[in-house]
Amino acid sequence: MSDEHEHEPTRTKVPMPVATLSDEHLGDAARHPSRVEALIALILVVAIVFTAGFGVAFTQNWNPWILGGTLGAGMFLLGFGLTAWGKYLMPQGPFVEERHVLASSPEERSAMSAALVERSAVVVKRRKLLGGLFAIGAGIFGIVAMFPLLRSLGPLPGTSLDRSNWRKGSLLVDSNGRAVEKGTLVVGGIMTVYPNKWEYTTYGEAVDQTVLIRVQDTDLVTAPGRETWAPAGYVAYSKLCTHLGCPVGLYEQQLELLVCPCHQSMFNVRNGAVPQFGPAPRPLPQLPLYFDAQGQLRAQDAYDQALGPGFYERTTTKVDGT
Amino acid sequence: MSTTLPTAKTKRQALGPYGRVGKVVDELDDRLGVAKGGRVFLDKIFPDHWSFMLGEIALYSFVVLMATGVFLALYFVPSTSQVIYHGTYAPLRGQRVSEAYESTVNISFAVRGGLLIRQMHHWAADIFVGSIVVHMARIFFTGAFRKPRELNWTIGTLMLILAILEGFIGYSLPDDLISGTGLRIGYSIVESIPFVGSYLGTFLWGGQFPGNGSIEPRFFIIHVLIIPLVITGLLGAHLGLLVRQKHTQFKGEGRTETNVVGSPMFPTFMAKTTGFLFMVAGATALLGAFAQINPIWQFGSYDPSKISYAVQPDWYMGWLDGALRIMPSWEFAGWGHTIPLEVLLPAVIFPGLIFNIAFLWPAIERRWTGDNELHNLLDRPRDRPKRTAAGAAMLGLLFTLFAASSTDVLANYFHVSLNFVLWAFRVLTVAVPIVVGFVTYGICREMQGVHGIGKRKRAVIVHRSALGAYSTVTADPRPGDGHEELDPEPVPVRIDVAPLTAAVPGADHESSPTGSRQVTR
Repeated sequence: MSDEHEHEPTRTKVPMPVATLSDEHLGDAARHPSRVEALIALILVVAIVFTAGFGVAFTQNWNPWILGGTLGAGMFLLGFGLTAWGKYLMPQGPFVEERHVLASSPEERSAMSAALVERSAVVVKRRKLLGGLFAIGAGIFGIVAMFPLLRSLGPLPGTSLDRSNWRKGSLLVDSNGRAVEKGTLVVGGIMTVYPNKWEYTTYGEAVDQTVLIRVQDTDLVTAPGRETWAPAGYVAYSKLCTHLGCPVGLYEQQLELLVCPCHQSMFNVRNGAVPQFGPAPRPLPQLPLYFDAQGQLRAQDAYDQALGPGFYERTTTKVDGT
Repeated sequence: MSTTLPTAKTKRQALGPYGRVGKVVDELDDRLGVAKGGRVFLDKIFPDHWSFMLGEIALYSFVVLMATGVFLALYFVPSTSQVIYHGTYAPLRGQRVSEAYESTVNISFAVRGGLLIRQMHHWAADIFVGSIVVHMARIFFTGAFRKPRELNWTIGTLMLILAILEGFIGYSLPDDLISGTGLRIGYSIVESIPFVGSYLGTFLWGGQFPGNGSIEPRFFIIHVLIIPLVITGLLGAHLGLLVRQKHTQFKGEGRTETNVVGSPMFPTFMAKTTGFLFMVAGATALLGAFAQINPIWQFGSYDPSKISYAVQPDWYMGWLDGALRIMPSWEFAGWGHTIPLEVLLPAVIFPGLIFNIAFLWPAIERRWTGDNELHNLLDRPRDRPKRTAAGAAMLGLLFTLFAASSTDVLANYFHVSLNFVLWAFRVLTVAVPIVVGFVTYGICREMQGVHGIGKRKRAVIVHRSALGAYSTVTADPRPGDGHEELDPEPVPVRIDVAPLTAAVPGADHESSPTGSRQVTR
């Protein structure tokens, strides 16, 4: 205990490359730091004020922009001060570090390859049956492991993609459940309709949504077989764009074009919603309409095809609406 | 005379020359052997070039994303169940909204600091993807991806894809009108894949769009756990490989294929990079405070039969949206099947192609040039005109498609027909990459031929004498002109602030010119 003084610790035990103040790696600022140090200190003081200000702003529940302004300015200046400290007052490069060859020696490589090849030659190649069986098992596992990962996520599509809730005789209603009568729309008017009882449901909104437009009766260019589909100028098209399924929500009344705001597909309302512009490949499916004895608009039948964008199983023939 | 009462001085001496720090190092080294490797790590050299900081922006915006994301996850409800809004935001009161949307509006208005954190999160996401892209461009144009760093290029590209996916899923979560429409488009793109598309769609969404409501919690867990976990793992590998293989560097005084020249990890780089973390976080907070982003309370909750006009996705999805817009309506239908090429080509095959080119580029270039050497020195872009031209052409293509995602806005703004804008972009999508590629190639060749290009010019002062004769004098050098690059030296262990204390004999310095570092590996 008494001889501690004879072991007066020194810092010369390890060889130390030492830079002195005259070292070129210290910039002018680091050699004469007083002004830079004062400036950085000032920046840090301002940073502290802002950061503390954030605490005050938070406890007082001030506006988000005051919260963000104080927090942002505080953090930014704190970082700026530290970076400036590092840049101006700490030793800068060029310092050098040697790279070490990552590659192993040829002997080590050979030893590695040899271990892989020679051991497997004895253990695996001689046991072809076991190896083969394990490979088959692992392969089957790989396939069946997908089942819970995928198959239990959701139902098979089946024919669900081809169908909607429109049926023969479905009553057209708006989102509040009101039926459509002859005077509901003036010529040039547009509304979104759903099959009765499916308005205000997620599925009805997503799949069954249909635009109902009243056009001048004489303007309609009717395809053969669709002569009776648009009584009194009321035409109904699926609102799902055939491109990517966005609702075709814009109606250019003057041009009588339905426009999809997503990718600007345009459909000619007078002419069976044939795509006139943009990436949509197919006309919007048309819903055949009629006025029932009470003067309310109903569907003559379901849509004659799948609604919305294309998919592999989509056929060009009619799928039963039920 | 042994005194039993230790004084402060004897305590200090008992700790050895390096005090408590030395003691901690001793104890740790006894157990883990950290001294050797730790010392190497402290001396690790980081090149001083500014372009090496681009990846740091990505790293630190990811840190901001994690921090703000944890906050948001405490309040967000991942459910599309419909509720009636009764919160503080008056225009929405009484409206039918989803729980996800309601909770996001509540984060914005009812949770203290919530709006700031939400906007910081969104801004940080945009900055995250942006800095990855710029960082990747730097790596590409300087040839930093070459052997031995191909694996790290692959990891980086993988992280870019994940970041884009994470961003898309992230902005889909609030279930507002715009993100819901984006999700609808996402479903249709999945559906367009032949053979498996319909199945994938109904599996993921739990039925035909909008499904049975399971997509929201699924996206939530993907967004807050799965993708961040994978990105964190890849990030660890990315940085681990960087430490193992060491940095690349530009050519310069004393810089060779077998060394790295720059500033040491401790303290210089550590101070600068920690400061930079705070600056990135601070800048994100300032953006979150003063630049509104994604004001979902204005859009309303998602209703599949409603739509807004002139909406674009977040910027990193723009190129795909643009590709979808300019694609002609080529749908294949026959033999009882439909293949929606107008969706499949631009939204599935095209991005697949682009990312595959990115993944394969190091191999493509190795094959093309037959260069299988290890490279640690970076190229100047002008010295590799073909690579630079290819990269510029790719950026030209992607930027043109990005611009094409606003055809409707451009047509409206410039009062030209949408048809004209559409066809202009179809032409530009082909023309811009070709023109940009050739022009870039030409500029590179041009720059190679000019001596001293890129160096700062010395000004010349022209004098006119009374007789009308002209003479020129070179101006005085400006600060930094003629600054000779220093010879690189090993990192000093100590900087003597008072140089004359001279506790260290100079012989120690000379006896070990590279410090004690070299003996460590």
